[in-house]
Amino acid sequence: MEHTVRAYDAELDAITAELARMGGLAEAEVADSIRAIARRDMALAESVIGRDAHLDSLELEIERKVIRLIALRQPVADDLRRAVAAMKISANLERCGDLAKNIAKRALVIAQGDLATSLTSSIERMGELVTTRLKDVLDAVAARDVERAVDVWLHDHEVDEHYDAIFRELLTYMMGDPRMIASCAHLLFAAKNLERIGDHATNIAEILHYEITGVELIEQRPKSDSLEPS
Amino acid sequence: MTMLAPDAADISLAPIDKADVKIDVEDLNFYYGKTHALNGVSIPFKQNAVTALIGPSGCGKSTLLRTLNRMYALYPGHKATGRIMFDGEDILGPSVNLAMLRARIGMVFQKPTPFPMSIHDNVAFGVRLYENLPRTEMSDRVEESLRRAALWDEVKDKLHASGLGLSGGQQQRLCVARCIAVKPEVLLLDEPTSALDPISSAKLEETVTRLAADYTIVIVTHNLGQAARLSNYTGFMYLGELVEFGETGGMFTKPVTGRASDYITGRFG
Repeated sequence: MEHTVRAYDAELDAITAELARMGGLAEAEVADSIRAIARRDMALAESVIGRDAHLDSLELEIERKVIRLIALRQPVADDLRRAVAAMKISANLERCGDLAKNIAKRALVIAQGDLATSLTSSIERMGELVTTRLKDVLDAVAARDVERAVDVWLHDHEVDEHYDAIFRELLTYMMGDPRMIASCAHLLFAAKNLERIGDHATNIAEILHYEITGVELIEQRPKSDSLEPS
Repeated sequence: MTMLAPDAADISLAPIDKADVKIDVEDLNFYYGKTHALNGVSIPFKQNAVTALIGPSGCGKSTLLRTLNRMYALYPGHKATGRIMFDGEDILGPSVNLAMLRARIGMVFQKPTPFPMSIHDNVAFGVRLYENLPRTEMSDRVEESLRRAALWDEVKDKLHASGLGLSGGQQQRLCVARCIAVKPEVLLLDEPTSALDPISSAKLEETVTRLAADYTIVIVTHNLGQAARLSNYTGFMYLGELVEFGETGGMFTKPVTGRASDYITGRFG
């Protein structure tokens, strides 16, 4: 049902539309940063680095719109949850952009080294997984689909497991050939950044769950912790 | 776009521990002649808490408020059935002394209703109906009541000036002082700030918040922000029924029923 004051709906919809745009840009930044590593594509890496400022300005725009809405409309109940969720999701997307930008910077360095393709293809696979997670959760946001969000939330451990595998793989290479240490360290950070992007996707799933149901996701998720000795 | 869960409940009434309930309304029906204004309303009013009644015009919230001190008995053709238990006694029972009932359950109306007499006498007026206090005790009672109503500092130097000379907001707080001077247990507020400017409204809200420690307060308001700010519990009424009742924080972040949600988010009413 629409609000009696139509302009209120228009303002809420504008925030949702802006968030959708931000989601598309963040998703593309993440995917391109990984592609830049895999293909040693310096131009693509530069483009990711350049595009991130747009994501930052969109986040500010959403924040400005939400604060204005709260001040002028005093939203309550589902409207309030929707406005606050938009602001929180946009902050998570902005962080995803920052992490992608950081991956792109490392891609520039890696492109100049002579790393074996097999190493970057592990990162590429992890990148595909994380990009899919992010896409799934953003689709869930667009479709207001709680079940899909919960699905993303439940599978967070897959990203963690990938990260653990890459960590061991890179460690082996670095021990085997100390000249590889610098490049491998960059790859390790790239993997860590991907793992964090996965965490942001999980956060977004939690935020969406609260936005739609009014209840926090609280059950313990399956966890795999790379800091645990194995 | 509506965001109601498809399985949103039709009616949701959160229970309150009976030991904390000051007034317990049970299956109340009210008729204005042939008009059935309240339809089987059951609602608890918690002791030393503020309960807000909200809902669109004509939903029955003022009618419900007026049954609580049997204000309706002033008009012919008005009839209530059901029970309103107040400290174990049925307010609707035939043996109730209405004058005593209204001393225990005071009411403040939409528009300030000061009497055409001094500020002091406005407050003392009700007390004189029930008690015969010596002059000094009466002065103390008047001061105490004005202090509690957060009006003392503004009127202490002109207690013998006419109550009609006060601003609207001061007049309304004077009515609150007059009401609490007879030491009631319950305060009924019927849209007490609808005729006041924002600053006066804020002062009255502050007064109500402070009074909540000692009184059971029921407020009818069209100002949803006020209901959210002031009350501990909120009841949403629609077409003579209580549709949703629960803690105010929950009502304004996560209403259970579709009708309450649509109303408080400004989608109808």
